[in-house]
Amino acid sequence: MTDSTSAPPTSSPAPGGKVFRDVASALGDLLRDGMRIMSGGFGLSGIPEACIDEIARRGPRNLTIISNNCGNQGQGLAVLLQKRLVAAVVCSYVGGNPDLAEQYLAGSIAVELNPQGTFAERIRAGGAGLGGFFTPTGAGTIVAEGKETRLIDGRPHVFETPLRADLAVVRAQVADRFGNARFHRTARNFSPLMAMAGAVTVLEVDRLVDVGAIDPDDVHLPGLFVDRIVHVPVHRNVIESRTTRARGPA
Amino acid sequence: MSWSREQMVQRAAAEVRAGEIVNLGIGMPTEVANEIPPALGVMLHSENGLLGMGPFPTDDEVDPLLINAGKQTVTALPGASTFDSALSFAMIRGGHVDLAILGGLEVAATGDLANWTVPGKLITGMGGAMDLAAGARRLIVLQSHASKDGKPKLVAALTLPPTAMACVDRVITELGAFDPLGDRFHCVERAPGVSEDEIRRLTGAPVTFG
Repeated sequence: MTDSTSAPPTSSPAPGGKVFRDVASALGDLLRDGMRIMSGGFGLSGIPEACIDEIARRGPRNLTIISNNCGNQGQGLAVLLQKRLVAAVVCSYVGGNPDLAEQYLAGSIAVELNPQGTFAERIRAGGAGLGGFFTPTGAGTIVAEGKETRLIDGRPHVFETPLRADLAVVRAQVADRFGNARFHRTARNFSPLMAMAGAVTVLEVDRLVDVGAIDPDDVHLPGLFVDRIVHVPVHRNVIESRTTRARGPA
Repeated sequence: MSWSREQMVQRAAAEVRAGEIVNLGIGMPTEVANEIPPALGVMLHSENGLLGMGPFPTDDEVDPLLINAGKQTVTALPGASTFDSALSFAMIRGGHVDLAILGGLEVAATGDLANWTVPGKLITGMGGAMDLAAGARRLIVLQSHASKDGKPKLVAALTLPPTAMACVDRVITELGAFDPLGDRFHCVERAPGVSEDEIRRLTGAPVTFG
């Protein structure tokens, strides 16, 4: 990817509107080499599939990916790894991701591991305009190395900095045209936090509704955190570990 | 003889008290869920954003967007709630999760826990282990007492990279249940047929009994 001065989106939304016709236009003028991209999802569950597919197709290089897992089993963000588009990953867990393991061991990719709660809170801090926070998590461990520590109420705490990104891509179950969004079950995970922490946030939504169709009390992500919306009605929804029980007696 | 895997899981389940909020780690701790009597009114917390986790779904209940922290498909019980990861870990760090049961690689008499990485082996990441170890109000570790060649895993000081310091309240192994008390482990229960001598021989720190 070299067209850092690419043409404006081919199908701009209506003036003042956020809804783009497809992911190609929603991401069209945003992707560039060396950018920092946040992607929601836990493993492969709840990931913005269409946005990731489009990033892989366009192929910006030297990316920093901020995501809990950076894909898995060769799918999701792992496709960006396979295409050698990723220079660094900020995450909490890399197990079950042979593409990442291989490039990490070869020294071609930098991996910054975070405790999962620290990872979430760093993203929240980034979106909330905070300069960081002290957490007891990681005190006395490798995570604390090189970081400021402070005794608070007699307990060691580690200073953690905020995380922000040039672009956040997240998926919600339903959103209105302002970007007010609701997530489904455990697909919420890091997504609303990342939507807050992206300089530009693209929301991929299963179902797009008119403004007013979502009750204000039911909004998980207020629309001001969303810059662009693309309606993607069909998702693959890959299950990493399908575990079931026999239908028991009622 | 010593406890079987199933008996270790049952022994861990006996630690769960009525009404508690409980987080179960990946692996053997996950099996504890099957041994908690529903009448206790326990709510299971999964750090990817679910409180009130139910059993695995039947085939027609499977929802790809309803999983546990091990990425297994699960169900949500009546009274369940879902939330983002920052709120989920606020529950953990904020001391709102009463009990975590995690797997372990080493526990020191000082209560330090190592369970996330072994130098020289492929690194997988700590996931939520450090937050759970540091944040749960009570932490129980389920692990084997010693390696196959007899190297103790209950030790005076960790040899593996720590997950969190001074965090473990009780370790359950195939030989019994042990509380780290700083300079020693105190054996609160011995598995049937296990002698004090055997426990002392396989433990890397002083052990007291009774």
